[in-house]
Amino acid sequence: MTEKLNMSGGFNKRINRRKFLKKSVLAVAGTTLTAGLLAACGDNTATSAPAATTAPATTAAATTAPAATTAAPTTSAATTSAATTAAATTAAGTTAAGTTAAAGTTAAATTAAAGTTSAAGTTAATGATSTPATVDNTPAPTVPNAAAAKQYSGANITFNGDSVGGSTAIDKALAAQFTKDTGINVKIIPHPSSSDDYYASLQRIFQGQSGEIDVMMLDVIWPGAFAQYLTDLNPKLGTEAKAQFDTAVQNDTVNGQLVAMPYFGDFGMLFYRTDLLQKYGYSKPPETWDDLQSMAQKIIDGEKGSNSNFTGLVFQGKAYEGLTCDALEWLASSGGGTIIDSSGKVTVNNASAAKALNRAHGWIGTISPPAVTSYQEDEALNAFQAGNSVFMRNWPYAYAIANDPKQSKVAGKVDVAPLPHDPGQQSVGTLGGWQLGVNKFSKNQDAAIEFVRYMTSQQVQTYRGVVGGYVPLNTAAAQDPKVIQAEPYLAKMANVTRVARPSTATGINYNDVSTAFFQGVSQVLAGQDATSVLPNVQSRIQNDVK
Amino acid sequence: MSQNVSAAPTNLKVVRSTLHRSRNIYAWVFVTPTLLVVAFVALYPLAQTFYLSFTNARFGQSQVNFVGIDNYVQLTTQDSIFTDAVKVTVIFTVITVVFETVLGMVVALVVNSNFKGRGVMRAVMLIPWAVPTVVSTKLWAWMYNDQFGVFTDILHRLGIIKGNFAFLATSNGTPFAIGIISAIDIWKTTPFMALLLLAGLQLIPNDMYEAARVDGANGIQQFFRLTLPLLRPALLVALILRTLDALRAFDVFYVLFGNRPDTESMSVYAQQRLVGGGREGYGSALCVAIFLIILVFVVVYVSIFKVEEA
Repeated sequence: MTEKLNMSGGFNKRINRRKFLKKSVLAVAGTTLTAGLLAACGDNTATSAPAATTAPATTAAATTAPAATTAAPTTSAATTSAATTAAATTAAGTTAAGTTAAAGTTAAATTAAAGTTSAAGTTAATGATSTPATVDNTPAPTVPNAAAAKQYSGANITFNGDSVGGSTAIDKALAAQFTKDTGINVKIIPHPSSSDDYYASLQRIFQGQSGEIDVMMLDVIWPGAFAQYLTDLNPKLGTEAKAQFDTAVQNDTVNGQLVAMPYFGDFGMLFYRTDLLQKYGYSKPPETWDDLQSMAQKIIDGEKGSNSNFTGLVFQGKAYEGLTCDALEWLASSGGGTIIDSSGKVTVNNASAAKALNRAHGWIGTISPPAVTSYQEDEALNAFQAGNSVFMRNWPYAYAIANDPKQSKVAGKVDVAPLPHDPGQQSVGTLGGWQLGVNKFSKNQDAAIEFVRYMTSQQVQTYRGVVGGYVPLNTAAAQDPKVIQAEPYLAKMANVTRVARPSTATGINYNDVSTAFFQGVSQVLAGQDATSVLPNVQSRIQNDVK
Repeated sequence: MSQNVSAAPTNLKVVRSTLHRSRNIYAWVFVTPTLLVVAFVALYPLAQTFYLSFTNARFGQSQVNFVGIDNYVQLTTQDSIFTDAVKVTVIFTVITVVFETVLGMVVALVVNSNFKGRGVMRAVMLIPWAVPTVVSTKLWAWMYNDQFGVFTDILHRLGIIKGNFAFLATSNGTPFAIGIISAIDIWKTTPFMALLLLAGLQLIPNDMYEAARVDGANGIQQFFRLTLPLLRPALLVALILRTLDALRAFDVFYVLFGNRPDTESMSVYAQQRLVGGGREGYGSALCVAIFLIILVFVVVYVSIFKVEEA
């Protein structure tokens, strides 16, 4: 052993360790972990699209998100100016704040105007037919920044894009349009569908200082951890950022640098069966968790006879990032805090949190199937779309699928409401979503930034909202009638508090913190008392953030 | 005469040693590339892992400090998750290796006997082994599904359960979970065991059985007095390979239960800390610990079975 140590010391003197570090660690781990990487690729082939698993957020403050109805010009103006101020204060010292603000406003206005025209055009084009807009029948929007981007014509960039069938088709359509208009070639590599696995793959790319991926999708919880490897987009995209929702931009701003551009948003919602609620005499979805429990129980009692698989509530109960999202909602809607408070203090061990978790344990085997503790998004959706559950907690991506007659037995009988809360508390939804970042080691920074400018533009976000059901983070796109038509739940969810996972306070420790939390919750769901589990979770998290 | 006699061996010696030396040189020339590759892809990473396990290296932090045996102290005194992971892994290993050996032996004996369609049978039995573990585990996860799974359906039709049964639920407890993971591994790996044992069986000459029959030994006596002792070398290799594989098991655990706290194998936990958490220092210490645990098993096997004699 001593010999080996000396040898490694010798190696270190001669070879730049940092460069080899990750590769070699993984190579060794290979003995034990090769299979893991395989598993990573194969796991959750189904974990679907936009919402997918994870999506931690950094903004500690509750965020009022992708509003749709609160869309009026006044709000939009307010948002814009707020964004401008924020950007101005965080802008690099060299630029005079005043100039930035002025430029920002003008540019935003121009973009908005251009966007309206183009969006209107799209509306006209697709409005003629009654078939729903898909990537096959809707042309990708032309590139608004084509003139500026043409100077990088001939450059080759690689984009780590979305990973599920339909979403990749959208990426391809947009990339083809971009290449056509600008002459910049885009190679698309779908990212691993499980967010945890994608995180690991990006870690390797960054640690190896590799420029092989120029533009990458980033989960909402990652900007803090990856900031040092991402290009500051403020100088080139600062004005465009002001057209995006302020909270999303704040989430992507680390130490004053805009390390990523908001791409699409996500939040937890309660899906319910309108036909069953009506049948059992309920005029509206449950407002409190107790309501939900009693409604579900009554409906199960009535339906169990005709469908032995029938159950009340399905959610993401497997021990993984999705459980952190779900349990965070239980805590925050019951006065149990958000694991770590805005000052960085670990607060997870409190009486309200214990009560909320024990209540969730009480659901298992009564209103929720015991197997819910093995469910991810897709298993929950499978049960729901087979007509086996009256309530489901899921992300917006589930809406289109649950209402698609080809895939769902309950199409047309599904609606969405904010998640329940405790009396005296308010409804929350865990904030998710994705950003686009530019790799600091990319050799084609300028072309990559032009691609990001296009992909996050109002036109593209509108297009993605219409054909893919992605929730736009561009304020104007979120108000587009076509988007609202495709995503009718946006209006209902507009005023729901978005609760962020504690990724700002935890930075690179977020994964460990989240793991400690969801493993603790998993133990409670399996039958341990939350009052004895939470102290352990608390001390594990305190150890991890130290 | 005596001169000649004495001269001859000397000459022979010279010739032999020259030949020996040049052969030696050629051997080294041919072996060197392989050694270099092995050193680069195996020794260097291994040494690097040992080194990292004594540091606090972390993804996203350029500052790396030498922390001595702190990681190991934490690992052995404070990390109850790792202790649990070791228990889970060892129980899993014992269950799967025992079942796979017994079943593999049965399968090997069957396909070693003469019957019509033996060739087809030998090919077919390998199918579970040919399916990637991730795929087969996903497949089993669907079979275990509470609402759409085939097991629920069968048990329901047989009237053993009412409604459905959630195989994957955490409320079934850890032993049950290890049981259903083991079932997947046994299904998948029994063919591999059978294949290794079959190779061993085919090395046993047929006339020995004939002799045994002539001596009046019945089938059971033949198996325990003849087959089993002669199969020992093949059995040992198979056992070592399977035990090491089971101790390193990652994919089946990870795909079925992810980071479920009571079913983490050692490798899943190491992956969680090393890759998920980016803790290269502590994660490397975990990898070294796993390496040492596996080493213990190998030493035990080799000393019990006395490989050299076999």
